[in-house]
Amino acid sequence: MKKLIQDFELVKYEELNCEHYVLDIKANEPLPEILPGQFVNVRVDNNNSVFLRRPLSIHNVDYDRNVIQLFVKRIGEGTKSLGELSIGATVSVVYPLGNSYSIPKNSKAVLIGGGCGVAPLLYLSKCLHEAGNEVTTILGVRSSYDAVGLEAYKPYGRILVTTEDGSEGEKGYPTQHSVLENENFDYSFTCGPEPMMKAVAAYSDANDVTCEVSLENTMACGFGACLCCVTDTKEGNKCVCTEGPVFNVKDLKW
Amino acid sequence: MVNLEVKLKDLVLKNPVMTASGTFGFGEEFADFIDLSQLGGILVKGTTRYHREGNPYPRMAETPSGMLNAVGLQNKGVENFCNDIYPRIKDYKTNVMVNVSGSLVEDCVETATMINELDHIPGIELNISCPNVKEGGMAFGTSCASAEEVVREVRKVYKKHLMVKLSPNVTDITSIAKAVEGQGADSVSLINTLLGMAIDAETRKPLLSTVTGGLSGPAVKPVALRMVWQVAQAVNIPVVGLGGIMNAKDAIEFILAGATAIQIGTANFIDPQVSVKVVEGIKEYMIRHQVSDINDLIGAINLK
Repeated sequence: MKKLIQDFELVKYEELNCEHYVLDIKANEPLPEILPGQFVNVRVDNNNSVFLRRPLSIHNVDYDRNVIQLFVKRIGEGTKSLGELSIGATVSVVYPLGNSYSIPKNSKAVLIGGGCGVAPLLYLSKCLHEAGNEVTTILGVRSSYDAVGLEAYKPYGRILVTTEDGSEGEKGYPTQHSVLENENFDYSFTCGPEPMMKAVAAYSDANDVTCEVSLENTMACGFGACLCCVTDTKEGNKCVCTEGPVFNVKDLKW
Repeated sequence: MVNLEVKLKDLVLKNPVMTASGTFGFGEEFADFIDLSQLGGILVKGTTRYHREGNPYPRMAETPSGMLNAVGLQNKGVENFCNDIYPRIKDYKTNVMVNVSGSLVEDCVETATMINELDHIPGIELNISCPNVKEGGMAFGTSCASAEEVVREVRKVYKKHLMVKLSPNVTDITSIAKAVEGQGADSVSLINTLLGMAIDAETRKPLLSTVTGGLSGPAVKPVALRMVWQVAQAVNIPVVGLGGIMNAKDAIEFILAGATAIQIGTANFIDPQVSVKVVEGIKEYMIRHQVSDINDLIGAINLK
């Protein structure tokens, strides 16, 4: 896939809560094919103390409007400044980067996301649904306050929630949801904090489910030049930016 | 029309803009973004005698106006380069040079010997300055005696352009530059990264798996510029300047300080098209200043 560097226009900012926001960025020309799990590397021009681009998961794609949606958590200076851009601002984007989640056909898939790791799961659920798969998405958050944006998943399948305080959905972590005990799945797809992904990997291993995880290692370039974002696999160090971010868990040393 | 062509001894560059090793992969990574034939040359990823896995993650930390890296020369070894990578990149219409690294003199000699056989590789950059390899690398470049030894032995087997990349982590870089010139280096490139470190105050942990790493980016530019200026006055071979060059203005500064050519490194990560933009920017500068030949700018700093 050809990688591009393009200027996008910020067309919409949606505050989800004090930690998370969604940006809609629009290209001047038709978007290339974008696969679920791929990411963009965004330049933060409105903060001089931010030197490198920020890699962000693609949350959703609207080919009709040439819009890419980014789901962002304010973690540091870069993600804070991106959330302060004005509508109409220019955003330099290098994309589409990385590989993608597998898209099986006519299978039963469970998508498990925690915290900001839900970012790639919306577009994934859409692509899985379109390929004829039965999609269940479980989002794990701290409390009902963080259970935002759920409506968007509903056209593509079932959406379930776990909260740590029990204020919405089932109480506990997403990997403790009863649906995982009561039903069988062919595939599990996950993104989020490493302990959660490792719990998804353990569940998948025990239940003979094919498991793919998306890693979020820090990186400088995003296209395989700097070799900074490696993860240790059974075949040695691999770049998360080009050979990932999605890995079959069997290839990792987890 | 302006003349951008420069010569590093017998090696002709169509313009003075090269890309720095370790920031440009094998060139292929940038082929979607730029036309590689517009560059004076590219320095491909550091190559060692044998396969190296490099250092564990995390290998990178963003710092004010720069970054630290501790990649540790991850590469598949020179045989893999010759057999698998060279056939893919040999027909690029630019000077493709290989950065040769190693912790033992004999490894550097063997690597250089193999690369000497590759018709489409007009030169090597002997890296005596990598700060991220435990057993050595930088050790060669921090004493005159060891720098002389490795350059002398590689010179015996390597017949084409021999550029030597110098470490800034020394008291007097001019003495190292003179030492490698004395052993037959055709040019010197400087600077490699400055040894640095970063700590997360909240977790009290270092940000790099190796604790220390190499600092690059605009943060190092004034140090690099000073060293290029000093070395250019101390040696008679061409100097290739690098360290924090982000745009054409930075590149011109290095040329005025005495660099015959420049390399763009960390900036490639932020703007993968920056190298060709610098070529265009140098042209615009020359037109604006009514300079018809880039060679008239080399060392043309006005000290009066």
